[in-house]
Amino acid sequence: MLSVAPPEKLIAKAGSTVQARLSVRIQSGYHANSNTPSDEYLIPMRLTWTSSPLETAEVVYPKPDMEKYSFSDKPLSVFTGNFELLTRFKVPPAAAPGQLVLAGKLRYQACNDRMCLAPKTVEVSLPVEVVK
Amino acid sequence: MTGMRLPSIAAAILVAALFSGCSKPSQPAAASVKSDNGRKAAPDFTLKDETGATVKLSDYRGKVVLLNFWATWCGPCKVEIPWFMDFEKSYKDRDFAVVGVSMDDDGWKSVTPYVKNRKINYRVVIGNDETAQLFGGVDSLPTTFVIDRAGRIAAHHFGLVSKSDYENEILSLLNAPKTDTRAAATEPAR
Repeated sequence: MLSVAPPEKLIAKAGSTVQARLSVRIQSGYHANSNTPSDEYLIPMRLTWTSSPLETAEVVYPKPDMEKYSFSDKPLSVFTGNFELLTRFKVPPAAAPGQLVLAGKLRYQACNDRMCLAPKTVEVSLPVEVVK
Repeated sequence: MTGMRLPSIAAAILVAALFSGCSKPSQPAAASVKSDNGRKAAPDFTLKDETGATVKLSDYRGKVVLLNFWATWCGPCKVEIPWFMDFEKSYKDRDFAVVGVSMDDDGWKSVTPYVKNRKINYRVVIGNDETAQLFGGVDSLPTTFVIDRAGRIAAHHFGLVSKSDYENEILSLLNAPKTDTRAAATEPAR
């Protein structure tokens, strides 16, 4: 239903802010709620990181589509097809050079026009090389 | 009548046969209910409703039950709920009941205000993975089972279907002759 391409290695210079891209694909015919869904009961998309020693500064989601479905009175704020999630990390000045892997979790909930699938969490691994 | 010729008798029989169906009350289409032989016993479960009371599916033996797995975050589920409320209101005096099994992870925290806000008039319980597995795994919502008076699954639906489909199935089972509901069911559905 939803797949995440393995992210490219992130080169993280100590004392800087770096950006990682996550490419996401949702199977045709399905949609996932955006990070800002239209209804309080809907489960939003959320990307979180265990980013130590880096610090997660911001996750940037794409602009959602407003789509009308037969089961909803009003358009829903959703993601469909292919899109990217950007994460900005702050690299501490004292970060030790070397290789590490950051663990991320992408939580989402998807439906088609007749049924909904249970909320799911996809685990993501981001290889990082900290350099001076 | 001994003077009637044979062709006239045949014609009379034919006309009688053609019109014989008009005097019967109209019956709803049987829709997609399984034949009697093809129904398996619905698995029994024990869950709790909002008051904390224990609810067992077997408590409903003798009634036709619409068992609906749903969640507050499920848009298609929201479409069906008013239909189920109509059914509960229309048929509860004919030994019919709707039971809603919520699959919300945070349980009553989400479900209580949702039920109150929509004035849901039928029993709602909080489900769990164990209950879902009893019914073969509930991988998508809504998933709905229509259960006959003997506690057997007469129909099941994955996803949104029409109100008339459900109603036809319910009426088909309500209008079926009542049999001994204590009769042993076949193996539980998997």
